[in-house]
Amino acid sequence: MKVVLRNLTKKFPSRDKKNKTDVVAVSNFDFEIPDGKLIGLLGPSGCGKSTTLNLISGLEKPTEGQVFFGEDDVTNLPPEHRGIGLVFQNYALYPHLTVRQNILFPLENLKGKDKLSKEEMLEKATEAAKLVQIDELMERKPGELSGGQQQRVAIARALVKRPKVLLLDEPLSNLDARLRLQTREEIKRIQKETGITTIFVTHDQEEAMSISDMIVVMKDGMVQQIGRPQEVYDNPANLFVAKFLGTPPVNIFQGQVKDGQLVLGEDAVLPVKGAPDGPVLAGIRPEGFLLRKSGAFRCQLSSVEVMGRDISVVASNKAAMSPMIRAIIGSENLAEVSVDASQVSFDLKPSKVFLFDKRTEERLHFNTK
Amino acid sequence: MIKWKSRFNNIKGWLYLLPAILFLGFFMVYPLIDVFVYSFEEGYNSASQTYFGTGTYNYSYVLHDPYFLQALKNTFLLVVITVPLSTGIALLISVGLNSIKPLRNLLQTVYFLPYVTNTLAVGLVFMILFKKTAYSDGLVNLLIQWFGGESVDFIDGPYWAKMFVLCLYTIWVVMPFKILILTSALASVNQDYYKAARVDGTSKFRTFMRITLPMISPMLFYLVITGFIGAFKAYSDAVALFGTNLNAAGMNTIVGYVYDMLYGDSGGYPSYASAAAIILFAIVLTITCINLLISRKNVHY
Ligand SMILES: Nc1ncnc2c1ncn2[C@@H]1O[C@H](COP(=O)(O)OP(=O)(O)O)[C@@H](O)[C@H]1O
Ligand SMILES: [Mg+2]
Repeated sequence: MKVVLRNLTKKFPSRDKKNKTDVVAVSNFDFEIPDGKLIGLLGPSGCGKSTTLNLISGLEKPTEGQVFFGEDDVTNLPPEHRGIGLVFQNYALYPHLTVRQNILFPLENLKGKDKLSKEEMLEKATEAAKLVQIDELMERKPGELSGGQQQRVAIARALVKRPKVLLLDEPLSNLDARLRLQTREEIKRIQKETGITTIFVTHDQEEAMSISDMIVVMKDGMVQQIGRPQEVYDNPANLFVAKFLGTPPVNIFQGQVKDGQLVLGEDAVLPVKGAPDGPVLAGIRPEGFLLRKSGAFRCQLSSVEVMGRDISVVASNKAAMSPMIRAIIGSENLAEVSVDASQVSFDLKPSKVFLFDKRTEERLHFNTK
Repeated sequence: MIKWKSRFNNIKGWLYLLPAILFLGFFMVYPLIDVFVYSFEEGYNSASQTYFGTGTYNYSYVLHDPYFLQALKNTFLLVVITVPLSTGIALLISVGLNSIKPLRNLLQTVYFLPYVTNTLAVGLVFMILFKKTAYSDGLVNLLIQWFGGESVDFIDGPYWAKMFVLCLYTIWVVMPFKILILTSALASVNQDYYKAARVDGTSKFRTFMRITLPMISPMLFYLVITGFIGAFKAYSDAVALFGTNLNAAGMNTIVGYVYDMLYGDSGGYPSYASAAAIILFAIVLTITCINLLISRKNVHY
C-alpha cells in the first residue's frame, strides 16, 4: 500500500504562557511513499518525526493537509480502521500478559465478520512469533525478556493483524549497540519478507542509512531532503543535511570563491566553475582528502590514527569552523605522512566538496571541469 | 576474613534496625502480648493487679453479650457495605477526573477537601443534614417530603436509617484519600499502552478491564486492605453521628465496645475488653490473610 502525504501540517497550541505562537511540529510535509518500501524518517530530537508518525497512524489529527492510503483519503479515519501496526520506543508491551497474550491482544479485538475462532487466532499468533523468531518464548512475561526480545514481541504484535503500513518510532534506541545492529538487520529482513510498507523513525543517521530504501531528513518540522541514502549523502541539499549525515562528520570551512577558485585561508584549493564569487561555507567529507606532498590545501598536522584498513589524519586549519578536522585515507598512503612533520598537504576530491551559501546555507552547485 | 566481614555487615544491619525494633516492641508487641494474657485472666482488676483464675470465660462472656453481638453485626455490615462501595465510587470518580482536562485541578481539590476536614466537623454537617429536631426535620427529610415521601429519623430512628447514615458518612470520609491514590495511579500509567490499544481497536471497556485495572491493581489492592482494616477499626465515625452512648443507640462497633468496656459508664472490665480486642485482632488478621491470598492471582506488580 502506498502512503501519500499532502501538505501535512500539525500545529500544537503553545504551552509557554508568555509566547503564545503555536508550535509547528510538522510543516507542509508532501511525500509519496512507494508501496512495499522501507522509509527512514531521520532528524534530530524534537524535529517532528513522532508527530509525523502519529499523523499517519491517526493518533493525531493534522491541522492542514491529507493522508492517503493507496487511493483512499484516511485523514479523518480513526487509527483502528486504518490497518496499521505501531511499534513504540519503549515497546509498550502489556507487562501483566504473557508474550502469547500480548500478540493475541489485537486479534481478540476483532468484531463482526472479522472475528476469528480461537484456533485461527493461535495460528496467526504463532505465525507472527515465528516470523520474528520468538516462538520459544510464548509463555514468558515481558519482564522476563531481554530488550531485543521485547522489541521482537512488539513487532510481532504490530504484525499479527497483517497491517497495510508498519510504523516504528525509534524502535532501537533502548537497545545496546550490538543488539541495535542485530535488530536493525532483523527489521530489514522482516520488512523484505512481508513486503509491508514500513516507516522507521530514528535520530541515528547510520541506522537510517543502513536499512532504508529511502530516507527523509527533517529539521524543525520541515522536510530538508528526500532520497535514496547514498544520493542524499553524496548530494546534500543544504548545510544541515551535509552535517547530519556521515560519521565522522563532514568538515566545515569558511571560504571564498574568487575567479572560479575555492580559497580556504590563503590556499586556492579547488576550481569551482559556476559558483558565484563571494564568501561561502565549504563542506569536505573526511574521505574527500587526498594526501599529496605538493597538495594545494595545507594544514597543521596534529595526529595520525591508524585504524587498520584506513588511517585518520587529524589536523587543524585557520579556516575550519571546528578546532580539528579529520581526513580518512587508505592505509597504503601511510608512508606519505611523516608523523613528526608539522604540516600536511591535501588535494581534494571535487565530488566530496560541497559549497553552501553563507546566509541561507543552501547548496551552491559548481562545475568540476 | 570474608565471613567475618559479612557477619559484621549483618550486625550493622541489625544495629540500624534496632531503634525501630525497640520502639515497635515496646509500644506494639509487648502490649499485644499483655492484652492476650489479660484476655485469659478472669476478673482482672487493674487497680489491685489481681485476678481469680485463668480460662476462656472472658471470651464466652463477650461472645454471649448482646451488645458485643450487636457491635459485631454493625462492624461487619459497615465493612461489607463501605469498602467495596467507597473503592468502586472512588475508582469511577478518579477515572472521570483522569479523562477530563479543563477544571481537573479544581475538581481534584474539591474532592480532596473532606480529607483535610475534621471528622467531628463533618459529623456536625451530617447532623444538620439528617437530624430531626423540634424545629426542623433536617435537610434530607425536607427533600424526601418534597418528593412526597415520609420523613425518617436518621439519627434516632429505625436501625436501617441509622446504618444508612453511618455507611454514607464512612464512605464520604474515606473517599478523598482513595481518590487521591487512584488518580495518581491512573496518571502514572504510561500513555503508550493506551495508544497501542487504540491502534489495535480495543474498546473502551476492554481497555479499562484488560489494561487500566491490572496496571493500577497494586494500588487498588492497597486501598482494599487498608479499607478493610480501617472499617474494622471504625469508632469515631459512629461517635460523631450518634454520640458516646452507642450501645443505647444500637450503633456500637467492636472498637467502641472495647472502649466502653474499659472506660465507658458500664466500664472497668479490662478482661472483657481484652477478649473483645483479641477477637477483633483475629478477625482482621484472617481477612487480611484471605486478601493477600486472593491478591496473589490478581495483582500485577
Ligand atoms: N502533544 C503536544 N503538544 C504540544 N507540543 C507537542 C506535542 N507533541 C509534540 N510537540 C512538539 O512538537 C515538536 C515535535 O515533536 P516530536 O514529533 O515528538 O519530535 P521527535 O519525535 O522528532 O523528537 C516538539 O517541539 C514538541 O515539543
Ligand atoms: Mg519522537
